Amino acid sequence: MNENIHVSSSPHIRSKVTTSSIMFLVIIALLPATIFGIYNFGIRALVHVFVTVAASVLTEYVFEKGMKRPITIKDGSAALTGLLLALNLPSTAPWWIGLIGGVFAILVVKQLFGGLGQNFMNPALGARCFLLISFTSIMTNFPQIGNSSATPLAALKAGEAVNTRDMLLGFTSGTIGETSAIALLIGAIILLWFGVIDIVIPGLYILTFVIFISLFGGHGFDPYFITAHLCGGGLMLGAWFMATDYVTSPITPKGKIIFGILLGILTGLFRLFGSAAEGVSYAIIIGNVIVPIIDKYTIPRAFGKKKEKKGGAKS
Amino acid sequence: MNQYTERIYNGLIKENPSMVMILGMCPTLATTTTVINGVGMGLSTTVVLVLANVVISLLRKVIPDEVRIPAFIVVIASLVTVVDFLMQGYFPALSQSLGVYIPLIVVNCIILGRAEAFASKNSVGLSFFDGLGMGLGFTFALAILGSIRELIGSGTWAGMQVMPKAYVPISIFVLQPGAFFALGCMIAVMTAIMSRKKKTKTAEQDCNPADCAGCASSAHCGKRIFEETAKAGLKEDGGDKA
Repeated sequence: MNENIHVSSSPHIRSKVTTSSIMFLVIIALLPATIFGIYNFGIRALVHVFVTVAASVLTEYVFEKGMKRPITIKDGSAALTGLLLALNLPSTAPWWIGLIGGVFAILVVKQLFGGLGQNFMNPALGARCFLLISFTSIMTNFPQIGNSSATPLAALKAGEAVNTRDMLLGFTSGTIGETSAIALLIGAIILLWFGVIDIVIPGLYILTFVIFISLFGGHGFDPYFITAHLCGGGLMLGAWFMATDYVTSPITPKGKIIFGILLGILTGLFRLFGSAAEGVSYAIIIGNVIVPIIDKYTIPRAFGKKKEKKGGAKS
Repeated sequence: MNQYTERIYNGLIKENPSMVMILGMCPTLATTTTVINGVGMGLSTTVVLVLANVVISLLRKVIPDEVRIPAFIVVIASLVTVVDFLMQGYFPALSQSLGVYIPLIVVNCIILGRAEAFASKNSVGLSFFDGLGMGLGFTFALAILGSIRELIGSGTWAGMQVMPKAYVPISIFVLQPGAFFALGCMIAVMTAIMSRKKKTKTAEQDCNPADCAGCASSAHCGKRIFEETAKAGLKEDGGDKA
């Protein structure tokens, strides 16, 4: 048969990008924050990273082996989940926290729902919230950095002054990977540069959040207050690395806009009016759960198709 | 197996209300923070279930078909009120910890379900054993669920310290999400056991037409409906819609 009239079904153009190359890039992008976290919090942070990554990868391997499914630990998604979870733990936590969190993230949030691509919420964040509810005192006990063991956000909520320069660089208390806004931004630039993530969700997330706290924060458009909120807590980590998770964010262009705005409003609500100082994790998780609905109602019109009339007869 | 013990087995294992039929989820999830609460809830539901089945079976020829649901509810609500007062009188601590869930037994769909599906069509003796089996199955499921949640969530069992002092309780298990985790695992284990059992039996042994004719619950047995629709060449979901 003539090669020129070969017929096949779509896709006709294949990109060289694979799941593992994307996961690898995200892990590289997280390295600045990880290295800074280990520098800032010491050897305990390194132990957490190691335990959590190992627990995640092992759980994936054991589960897939047991269920006789193809082993997918080589694509790096489990290692990435483990790393993200480790960056969300306080370094003072005992080592088994990372173990429980890693097992929960992979087993319950990811594999029970069908593995990579099927999980309905970000596994690392799901596990973080699980740990936060289960071991509240352990998960909110932060190490002393400088002269305060309160996180900048908690201090801000209590009306104390915070040092925004330290917050930008990361010499503050908090979870292992969230403190340094600069390190996280370097990672975000790497991801944007290689086209792994799209600016829409994190950009709108941060923009909406800034507008929200300017309106309702009680300080107006105060650069000091806004910088403190932007660099404090998990906002940078969440917006660039977790809200952009392919599986748990909308795929339609309109949906991405709605998702970003929704996250900004939710985070603002939780931070300003909630009982806790931090709200990024819960905001993203609630956003994740709403994603199927957002996707359903924002399906773009296919080329050439006319808009359906409201209440039009079907026949 | 005679038909009375078959009713008990049916309620405990084969059609266990919590783990197979997934009925009565509100009390199942809400009251099982400790094993004592779970068993207390299960037993009080059992009492209501047995008495309601007996009374409704006695009245099954008196109650007009058109108003049978309100009539069932009146019977069930009266019995629940009695049980509620008895518990307040004799087990005040348990009554307090179960709170609003005792009066809510009235709207437990297991009880109305058995009244509608079984007691209103069968003899008093069979209805009694059906209620007993279903109630014990419910109690059994609630006891396991309560034990899992109490052990993991607070490290105790029936108030006694079981886990070593170094154990840090995973307190999410006594909160609402933990109820779903534990129940999900129980249903998964139950389904795995049941499906393994089914594989060893042949299809004919499982439900043969002669058995179906004599079976007390043939009118609402899922397998028989499936068989008939399969014979008629319909798919299961198509048959349901029709």
